[in-house]
Amino acid sequence: MLGRLTIDALPFYSWIAMGGAGVTVLGGVVIFVLLTWFKKWGYFWSEWLTSLDHKRIGVMYIALALLMLVRGFVDALMMRSQQAFAYDSGGYLPAGHFDQVFSSHGTIMIFFMAMPFMTGLFNLIVPQQIGTRDVAFPFMNSLSLWFTSSGAGLVLVSLVIGKFSTAGWTGYPPYSGLEYSPGVGVDYWLWAVLISGIGSTLTGINFIVTILKRRAPGMTLLRMPLFTWTVLVSSVLMAFAFPALTVATGLLALDRYLDMHFFTNADGGNMMNFISLLWIWGHPEVYILILPAFGVFSEVVATFSRKALFGYKSLVFATAAIGILSFSVWLHHFFTMGAGANVNAIFGIATMIIGVPTGVKVFDWLFTMYRGRITFDPTMYWTIGFIVTFVIGGVTGVLLAIPPVDYLMHNTTFLVAHFHNMIIPGVLFGYVAGLIYWFPKAIGFQLSAKWGIRAFWCWIIGFYLAFMPLYFLGLLGMPRRMERYEIAAWQPYLIIAAIGAAVILAGVVCMAMQLLVGIKEREKTRDLSGDPFNGRTLEWLTSSPAAPYNFAVIPKVDSLDAFWKMKVDGTAYQRPSGYTDIVMPRNSSLGVIAGAFSFVLGFAMIWYIWWLAALSLLVIGIVVVVRSSMENTDYVITADEVAAIEEQRFNDLARVPRHDTGDPAASPQAAPAPGSAS
Amino acid sequence: MRSLHCIVLVGLAFVLAACGLAESPVLDPKGPVTEIERNLMLETLAIMMIVVIPVWLMAAWFIPRYRATNKKARYMPNWQSTGLDAVTWLVPAAIIVTVGTYVWIYTHKLDPYKTIETESGAEPFVVEVVAQDWKWLFLYPDQGVASVNELVFPSGVPLELIITSDTVMNSFYVPALGSQIYAMAGMQTELNLLAWEPGKFVGRNAQYSGKGFSQQYFDVIAATQEDFDAWVETVKQSGLTLDDATYQELAKPSTAHPITHYASYEAGLFDTIMMKYMHAPGHMHGAVTGVEE
Repeated sequence: MLGRLTIDALPFYSWIAMGGAGVTVLGGVVIFVLLTWFKKWGYFWSEWLTSLDHKRIGVMYIALALLMLVRGFVDALMMRSQQAFAYDSGGYLPAGHFDQVFSSHGTIMIFFMAMPFMTGLFNLIVPQQIGTRDVAFPFMNSLSLWFTSSGAGLVLVSLVIGKFSTAGWTGYPPYSGLEYSPGVGVDYWLWAVLISGIGSTLTGINFIVTILKRRAPGMTLLRMPLFTWTVLVSSVLMAFAFPALTVATGLLALDRYLDMHFFTNADGGNMMNFISLLWIWGHPEVYILILPAFGVFSEVVATFSRKALFGYKSLVFATAAIGILSFSVWLHHFFTMGAGANVNAIFGIATMIIGVPTGVKVFDWLFTMYRGRITFDPTMYWTIGFIVTFVIGGVTGVLLAIPPVDYLMHNTTFLVAHFHNMIIPGVLFGYVAGLIYWFPKAIGFQLSAKWGIRAFWCWIIGFYLAFMPLYFLGLLGMPRRMERYEIAAWQPYLIIAAIGAAVILAGVVCMAMQLLVGIKEREKTRDLSGDPFNGRTLEWLTSSPAAPYNFAVIPKVDSLDAFWKMKVDGTAYQRPSGYTDIVMPRNSSLGVIAGAFSFVLGFAMIWYIWWLAALSLLVIGIVVVVRSSMENTDYVITADEVAAIEEQRFNDLARVPRHDTGDPAASPQAAPAPGSAS
Repeated sequence: MRSLHCIVLVGLAFVLAACGLAESPVLDPKGPVTEIERNLMLETLAIMMIVVIPVWLMAAWFIPRYRATNKKARYMPNWQSTGLDAVTWLVPAAIIVTVGTYVWIYTHKLDPYKTIETESGAEPFVVEVVAQDWKWLFLYPDQGVASVNELVFPSGVPLELIITSDTVMNSFYVPALGSQIYAMAGMQTELNLLAWEPGKFVGRNAQYSGKGFSQQYFDVIAATQEDFDAWVETVKQSGLTLDDATYQELAKPSTAHPITHYASYEAGLFDTIMMKYMHAPGHMHGAVTGVEE
């Protein structure tokens, strides 16, 4: 009846695991009690969970990402503190437990922090930035969100019921096969990745179609804002790369469940095939994550330098080039597997070629600041911190792309330092900048700038303290994933790294303060103009937060930086001659139901509760059939309702001063760019 | 390249002093493989400073200079420059062409499968290596002895390691001597190293392999020829034989396994371990070195 689920699944094996489980359960209970106490279940269900509004889906994605950021960060703190003490002793985490911690840290940070954060930003901004009312497939969007959440839910549940994988976030077989990992841990990892991976594939398809088919009239590809460009390339990568992950994890599942031998040691299994498939997804994944962050930096640096982006076409071309090249480098993850010199050299060179378009981008951002008027909004702090730090990661990346150097440094903490150097300043700083930048657009008021700057300083100082020692530890020959060690020379570095993690903890606390103080002072920073930062792109034309339909009248675009041009021409806020009815997708509970049952499906499969798995698969199938055969999925916002909302909007606009788009020092010899004031 | 090399090494000396990295096996190599790999890393690092330093200088110059409050600075909101745009492509491209050339040359030169040639023209000293949970077994075909968690070989002689795994994937790694390579069941990989001088180093598995992973390290001892011969004699007097039953017992998971010596082992043991995973009819592992049925 309950498969292999017994009382032994509860985390009585260690006080630390029980503590973690306790916090997880308590968190769930607190949310449940609060929603019941304030009678918010109805509101939460009808306004949020079932919403097909891309903006709300975006907010929910980011809420999920921030929750998982905290969870993944706690894992990081545990690892750093363990290693600071574990010289010639067991530290406080036994081997099997430490191994779960590093596995869940990586899995959470990539799949359930970075991916939802990124998808959340896509959802918040892309439709508004391209001047449309919604994504191409609103219901599919809701499905993506709930599949992702269900995967995250499985990882959280693994802390309470059973154990998580110890095979790392990459789950290399044969270790992750049934022979060497017979417990439920790898299955938790597998189903979390499989289910959320399907959500990511759908998101990729959704945004490719949205961007290619739903742009406002006149917005040619080369008039698209750079963030939209990066989202497009990233979505193409998602649509092509995630199926490889689904295949890799799917085959591993067949190994584990049906005793097939794709990747086992015995009966013809070949572990190298898994690693190859995994990284065919995994390397593009790095660029899936980082390109949208590059897009955010591009928007931020232009806005806060009050300048057109330098080398827009170069940036577009560089983005596309990175996208294409990202599929040609996966083998660099296993240079040390014994491939021949020709193969290794070719993949090494292919890898470092990506350094060229990436270098171009760094220079273009710097030249955008050159001869600009820089204001030091918190978003600019994150951007500048990124530029200065990211080049270090770029350099170490080129070093690791040299096969002979990789033979020496692979699998050491040097590698760990390198990819955190790319993912923290490159990806996370970008998303945080994007969240602060678009927060007023999404919610209607600004976050606290004071606490935002404090958060930045803690993060950047903490980052250097936590990861520079790991570069040196790599040179000292320390492999990654060690729960204890016998070399005394490593310990001072690990203590510094642990201090760095503590400083980042202060940064996380500052971020929470940034939000809380922002909420407290919301009346002061409420954004009535819809354009708090003197922005350049179309999302700033809508109100903050935008009406359900974004644009009462779809804007016409005739240049790059379309909104800036409208402001310069004085056409930005003209009243239209009239309004028409607007058709929008109606809320649907089917996405939540499908997500909930995909969670049940995963849970049932993990515990071998076959009847429940079959039942939940059936429910998901019914949801798909029901939704596909529904005809009446829309509702109408009448012209009168639109007129009322827009009237309010124009009243708000009349109460706020307009931004200066003047150009006092415009240089006659400078080539006028589209959207310019000169 | 020589002068660049010198500058880098002097710079390195400062870094070493500042960070107390003198004990680094990578920065203080004990053999030619690590030495060439380290020099390659440092020289490439120096070349890439051509991009990194300008980025830092420009950031330090532009950001305070063009702050909005500095009204003296020139403001050109639509400034573009095709020339500069071209430079931003060409400089990184030139660097990658240079480093790419290095990659091609050195990847071939340092191919782990390539036998190391010495001036004396010495024949390589062969050791067969088997990764187990969580220890390393070394077989010495020419001496007929075996050891666990202790790799002893003559210094100054090319060392040729033939590697496989009797468990999950491991990575054989002796940082002081150079390159690591994966050990995989049913497959054979090869690693060629050389220690200049007698000495004792740390070797370990660098690829996470389960609970005992952190304690899966072993002694690597480069010995003089006399010391090596003496060591073989000691091993031969150990009285232990690695027969089939002993092997089965040894292959079971164990953490922090003590150094163990075997006076002899069953002939062809390495191949037997490999073939264990290659019995399936009609299936053949794509063994890297072309081990065929």
